[in-house]
Amino acid sequence: MSGPEVVVQARGVSKVFAKGGVTALQDIDLDVARGEFVSLIGPSGCGKSTLLRVIGDLVEPTAGEILVNGKPAHRARLDRDYGIVFQAAVLYDWRTVAKNIALPLELLGWSRARRAERVAEMLELVELEGFERHYPWQLSGGMQQRVSIARALSFSPALLLMDEPFGALDEMTRERLNDELLRIWAETGSTVIFVTHSISEAVYLSTRVVVMSARPGRITTVIPIDLAQPRTFATREDPRFFELVTEVREALHAGGADV
Amino acid sequence: MTIVFAVGLVSWQWVLPFLGVERYLLPPLTDVLEALWDARSELLRGARITFSEAIGGFVIGCSVAFACALGLARWRPLGNALMPYMVAANAVPIVAFAPITNAWFGTLSPWSKVVIAAILCFFPVLVNTLRGLTSVRPEALELMRSYAAPQRVVFRRVRIPNSLPFVLSALKIASVLAMIGAVVGDYFGGSTEALGVMIVSSVSLAQYETAWAAILVASVLGIAFYGAVALVERLVLGWHPSIRAGVE
Amino acid sequence: MLSLVHRTIASLAGRLATLALVLAGLWALWEGYRALWERAGWTKPFPVDSTTMPHLHDIVRRLFEPIREGEPLLARYMLDAALFTAQEAATGFAIGATIGFLLGAAIARFDVLQRGVMPYIVASQTIPILAVAPIVVVGLGNVSIGGWVPKDWMRVAVIAAYLTFFPVTVNTVRGLRSADPAAVELMESYAASEWAVFWKLRVPAAMPFLFSAFKVAATASVVGAVIGELPSSIQSGLGGWIINFNQYYVLEPENLWAVNLVAALLGISFFLVVVGVERLVVRRPPEQLT
Repeated sequence: MSGPEVVVQARGVSKVFAKGGVTALQDIDLDVARGEFVSLIGPSGCGKSTLLRVIGDLVEPTAGEILVNGKPAHRARLDRDYGIVFQAAVLYDWRTVAKNIALPLELLGWSRARRAERVAEMLELVELEGFERHYPWQLSGGMQQRVSIARALSFSPALLLMDEPFGALDEMTRERLNDELLRIWAETGSTVIFVTHSISEAVYLSTRVVVMSARPGRITTVIPIDLAQPRTFATREDPRFFELVTEVREALHAGGADV
Repeated sequence: MTIVFAVGLVSWQWVLPFLGVERYLLPPLTDVLEALWDARSELLRGARITFSEAIGGFVIGCSVAFACALGLARWRPLGNALMPYMVAANAVPIVAFAPITNAWFGTLSPWSKVVIAAILCFFPVLVNTLRGLTSVRPEALELMRSYAAPQRVVFRRVRIPNSLPFVLSALKIASVLAMIGAVVGDYFGGSTEALGVMIVSSVSLAQYETAWAAILVASVLGIAFYGAVALVERLVLGWHPSIRAGVE
Repeated sequence: MLSLVHRTIASLAGRLATLALVLAGLWALWEGYRALWERAGWTKPFPVDSTTMPHLHDIVRRLFEPIREGEPLLARYMLDAALFTAQEAATGFAIGATIGFLLGAAIARFDVLQRGVMPYIVASQTIPILAVAPIVVVGLGNVSIGGWVPKDWMRVAVIAAYLTFFPVTVNTVRGLRSADPAAVELMESYAASEWAVFWKLRVPAAMPFLFSAFKVAATASVVGAVIGELPSSIQSGLGGWIINFNQYYVLEPENLWAVNLVAALLGISFFLVVVGVERLVVRRPPEQLT
């Protein structure tokens, strides 16, 4: 994959919601390089989800500029430059697992054969072979979220936006999906921006953690995570892991969050 | 269930007369069946007339309502503003308008009943469809936005499939209403061969067995119509949780 | 405080403005359709003239003219008729809702009833039940219970009750069963009696379901009352006036339109009463209010 080395560039981005005049984002500057895994963490109301949506051109900023792959965010959305995963899986009840994964491919006008081939690859990637004919309600929450990830990755976007994708899952499922996500990230070489409210999750997954504070939402600290790749079970017991968790927690406190 | 059915039939035949329920309220089952057989050709003709009025009204009313709902879902502020009025319009006793449609199309015209049936079907389908088209979770729309999908695609892939459970439950209601519209429309006059006119004229001639036979035919048609729509629902909504759980 | 008052007034004004716009829109549609069809001379689906589609202002004006030379206004008669029909409908609603609730509670409690009775209750409503109205109304006219003969309007109320009970039964069952299993467990942890669970948990949980049934039933009760009057030779209600004016439609079409307008207003008022009571009784989180 070739292209600019900086995938996301935010310059002086602010967002004031007309309703109630809340300043969700103030003067955000952020660069995300190709292949990075960046987590956005902060107390509720710090605008981390809004920032993600601004990058995806789902919310328009009041001021500032966002470039995705060197293009304005709007252009990037029209070019289908990113895939998105929400906290809820947002699968369509009336489509089977395979057809849910194929949805963006249908919109891109892929042929049936090509779609089937890619769906099979994706099912293998998220380890859901054999479930293609199931309906979403027949799957557990963790499986549904894996389908949602497969759907986001199906058209090989350079950028993956994830809005607390594992927030509604239990701790064990969450840790398993964390490992799976890291494997997928390594295999596909994509760039990930990941919103979370779990400090350990952010540290475990990321190459960089962006700490935000609320009212107004702004970036207080950026902490590079220098843990070795690939991350494994041992990473979670590494003393360095605990140091970094502490560092992020203190940064959150300094930003005025009750952690 | 079969037991209850049998008990019902037995009590209709023997228990009700025994309790002193008069013939004109509910004649014994065998008498009604006899009347049904005697008047079978008239009843069949009446059934055909009334049922085609009901179907016509159902098709017209439901399709116009669906089209309007699509328009109102596309222009949300208009839809939101009109919603309470459309819900309130549901509370209007529309069957009382039957004499007016008779004046429009002529008493003997089937169209006067078709229009009543169509108006009866219109509001529930409109309101339910609009609810279905607009009750999409925001993330599902954001997902479509992330794909830069145009409105036409959003409707085809998200809003319309999402509305189907709402639409089909409205169609079930509409099937019942269409039959009511067609039968009651006849109360204000209609072709003497129609089912509703038969009921009214038999009652006024004290031929209660025939009246009940006609009611029985109307009921069977109504149940068949409802059953047919319910079957379609089952086929279309195989994916829907209420169907898989066997609810209803 | 002051801003709250301001906001209330503003939202009220907004609603009134919407109402005025909607009414104006309907008026424009009606008169526009009339003008277009008359000018173009179209006769499909039906020829348009002052008989088939009277001017709306003529219909409204008719209400405020004497019914006949030297007699009270038509509106006066319509008000009396509407009150008469409302009495039938309200009685029918009360009876039907009570029976519906009791039946629903019994079905929710005893599963046997669910499987044995419910299908027939559903089937009873898929038949065009109004078809039975003539027989019930005429037939009940000959009934006497220990020498007491039901009044005419009570017979009509039976029809209204029949149309009312069904939605209430169905939604009572669904509502009573909608109580959160965890909340039931909580009650069980208090060793609450079944009666207490019913009143303190199941009935409150069922309220939203009950009210959505009441809204349907309120409408149905008015329809039942109007239709029930048709075969019953009752002259005092809206149904009686509909029959009466129908016979003279060609001479005075505004009369029939006017009585239908009143019937429509009665149906909507019944609906709005239920909506109002619901607002007072059922407290829901704000986002569910719409």
